[in-house]
Amino acid sequence: MKLAYWMYAGPAHIGTLRVASSFKNVHAIMHAPLGDDYFNVMRSMLERERDFTPVTTSIVDRHVLARGSQERVVDNITRKDKEEHPDLIVLTPTCTSSILQEDLQNFVERAQIESKGDVLLADVNHYRVNELQAADRTLHQIVQYYIEKARKKGNLPEGKTEKPSVNIIGISTLGFHNHHDCTELKRLMADLGIEINEIIPEGACVHNLKNLPKAWFNLVPYRELGLMTARYLEQEFGTPFVDITPMGVVETARCLRKIQQVLNEQGAEVDYEEFINEQTLHVSQAAWFSRSIDCQNLTGKKAVVFGDATHAVAMTKILAREMGIHVVCAGTYCKYDAEWFREQVSEYCDEVLISEDNAEIGNMIARIEPSAIFGTQMERHVGKRLDIPCGVIAAPVHIQNFPIGYKPFLGYEGTNQITDLVYNSFTLGMEDHLLEIFGGHDTKEVITKGVSEASDLNWTKEAQTELNKIPGFVRGKIKRNTEKFARERNINQITIEVMYAAKEAVGA
Amino acid sequence: MTLAQAESTLNFECETGNYHTFCPISCVAWLYQKIEDSFFLVIGTKTCGYFLQNAMGVMIFAEPRYAMAELEEGDISAQLNDYNELKRLCEQIKRDRNPSVIVWIGTCTTEIIKMDLEGLAPKLEAEIGIPIVTARANGLDYAFTQGEDTVLAAMVARCPDKAPVADVEKNEGNAIQKLLNFGKKKEEIAAEESEFVKHPPLVLFGSVPDPVVTQLTLELKKQGVKVSGWMPSKRYTELPVVEEGYYACGVNPFLSRTASAFMRRRKCKLIGAAFPIGPDGTRAWIEKICSVLGVEPKGLEEREQQIWESLEDYLQLIRGKSVFFMGDNLLEISLARFLIRCGMTCPEIGIPYMDKRYQGAELALLEKTCLEMGVPVPRIVEKPDNYNQVQRIYELKPDLVITGMAHANPLEARGINTKWSVEFTFAQIHGFTNARDILELVTRPLRRNNSLKDLGWDKLVKEAKV
Repeated sequence: MKLAYWMYAGPAHIGTLRVASSFKNVHAIMHAPLGDDYFNVMRSMLERERDFTPVTTSIVDRHVLARGSQERVVDNITRKDKEEHPDLIVLTPTCTSSILQEDLQNFVERAQIESKGDVLLADVNHYRVNELQAADRTLHQIVQYYIEKARKKGNLPEGKTEKPSVNIIGISTLGFHNHHDCTELKRLMADLGIEINEIIPEGACVHNLKNLPKAWFNLVPYRELGLMTARYLEQEFGTPFVDITPMGVVETARCLRKIQQVLNEQGAEVDYEEFINEQTLHVSQAAWFSRSIDCQNLTGKKAVVFGDATHAVAMTKILAREMGIHVVCAGTYCKYDAEWFREQVSEYCDEVLISEDNAEIGNMIARIEPSAIFGTQMERHVGKRLDIPCGVIAAPVHIQNFPIGYKPFLGYEGTNQITDLVYNSFTLGMEDHLLEIFGGHDTKEVITKGVSEASDLNWTKEAQTELNKIPGFVRGKIKRNTEKFARERNINQITIEVMYAAKEAVGA
Repeated sequence: MTLAQAESTLNFECETGNYHTFCPISCVAWLYQKIEDSFFLVIGTKTCGYFLQNAMGVMIFAEPRYAMAELEEGDISAQLNDYNELKRLCEQIKRDRNPSVIVWIGTCTTEIIKMDLEGLAPKLEAEIGIPIVTARANGLDYAFTQGEDTVLAAMVARCPDKAPVADVEKNEGNAIQKLLNFGKKKEEIAAEESEFVKHPPLVLFGSVPDPVVTQLTLELKKQGVKVSGWMPSKRYTELPVVEEGYYACGVNPFLSRTASAFMRRRKCKLIGAAFPIGPDGTRAWIEKICSVLGVEPKGLEEREQQIWESLEDYLQLIRGKSVFFMGDNLLEISLARFLIRCGMTCPEIGIPYMDKRYQGAELALLEKTCLEMGVPVPRIVEKPDNYNQVQRIYELKPDLVITGMAHANPLEARGINTKWSVEFTFAQIHGFTNARDILELVTRPLRRNNSLKDLGWDKLVKEAKV
């Protein structure tokens, strides 16, 4: 047992659901107790999704404990098949079904006989993998299923597309700025004259998965989702993949050069150097920013980076290599990928922290006292407590991290966004300090007050206590309303009764 | 059954139970705030933790007095010893937080692996010297607010059965009185006592924010009824005294287990009243309490009338409109009854679980309200099926759907007004004073529509996408 208040990566089934519900017309059925469908709330709220989240639950209740699920799972699958005609139904195990050890594979096989759509059991074990690993695995599983299906039917397309083309693998629902990143990558590919073959899983149709081998190469922008699929496609079809995250000016260039190499090996004869040069010097403002005096002022400032592997690595490199900021500690909660993480960041920071324990990360930040933090929502709150500004660079995130405005982290526009994020975090901190040193905004004492807080009315002790229970941000208003009410009625002793009579009268 | 009969009696149906609601462990979110010296330990998996972390939102960063005892593979396969593991964690909690009580929340996983929490608790309690209350608030058996019910039912057993007598010799008067009125002079106490009618002690149960406690206590005080204690109290150490023969009355509709714990385990008499939600409910609640305790209620009719008058601007917005409850928090019957009295119609009340005995008076008031308002009685659907409900919503086109967050945005995108049901659980909705707050919530989407009308942005999904 582990005492935990907070977790960075969610449970395995969340990963499976993220992949399943990213596809078009794929339905996931969770084998879970009542209340485990919180995923639907998150998707509906955070993504502000207009459509019903295609996830339902085959409920595990007391009866299931006693007698097993029996026909229930099969019935739920066939029912959903009839109601919504999905192309694929993914039966998703949860922590509960992991221990019940029912033969879910058997249910899937039986349901398949009656269903028009395909039925698949997500191969994830709650106790072995987390959200990110499960997502990677489920995507691989679905791709493999449809490639093999096409192969069996003999309708797997032969050969590559005429012009150089790419599959973008790993864009998913509830991913950190995924939609914006996807748009940016599509633009980037268009600029390079590379056709988009397929984008998976977001918005993809499972029947198109058989076309994946037609691409010249696969691009996997995020370390956490898509690598398994890319490796599988390489092994099966020899499709090379590029797994350099194009985040930051240097890494974007490195990614593009790798793409150039991969394409030229297949006889494309492309040269992106001119494009990279033009973009770096004149389109992205990040390179210019690094020369400007604004950035000069940041030289040697201390920062701490924490997040998923992709974003923490990229951010560390950007801060250290492109802005001259001193990254004291870089860390990730992707423990399973620790080796890669270390290898990537060790030359750009003093120490590396691999941990899932938010208290350990909080303590590290308190010890180092950086001028700015780049982390998840958890680090943002640590920063709040310690008065250190924080830029959010990775999940877990809140609704404000799903902006409607265009805010990619990848590609050349991404470099601009990151520049703003970094610069704003640091200047906010600086302004704060300057204010402190020079004694705040107003050094003169305020002599007159527009709205007097003092009052001629007498509050009883009980009423005062009751007033103090009211949250601070509305307390003043309630006090004023109550006193106004009392004055109008010539009451000069304010009791709890008067307080609530006032509330009823004002109607708020 | 003739048509007339069908219209005058309530219809109960039961569907498949495929509906969205919060897991009952969510009760820790409001209970740890209510019981200030408690610590809630949820013994479950990452799934439970993930839910709480996301459902509690920003509260999670305020160093809440709750934590997960996250079960690992070794716990499931019993390679690790439950008792030792729990002891280690509880000692850590004692060291870091020093609470007056640790509440263990049993989850689906502890049920399935049959971890004997009720058996382990007394042993560990004796060893570490902190009371441990066990509540099985799991998704296998319960929905959302029923979590509070399991916790309160477990706590009923912990209420002292006699007033503390320790300092009785020091004080000339009654020790309880002394405690309750501590610091006050004798004549003040006497004056205060004279405000109450003599009646058997009354304990109220249900966790409501402190201001609501004050408001409801004062409402009863106006009738001369004295509230001897609230379950739960602000602190675990202040749990009310419960003696055999006391009266107990619930303020929330989801507290059936707590009610039976009061009756069966503590031999209390239960006052089965409608719940004090809306001015009609509050008046019925007070009247029932008064009638049981032999007190003549006074001025209630005028008071109710006065509240209704103050609501008139909101009533104008909803009169004649229809409301559909998808059902997820068990407040549905009371809210529907109030809204029907406000002049709305209600084709369907979905509800996770319907205790016809505990909610008896509430159901009777609902029926009476429908009759008096001349509207058909709603169908009450227990364990609803959300998919079927959405089809019925498309057909009925209600003016307002009260639903969970999973369905709210998709329905809004289809031009159907929604109100997020969870807000009713967290807002102050009890008593005369807060009737306006309920309508504030209910009318919000309608007022939003008034400001957005004529923009032609009702339906924002593309039809027939496949």
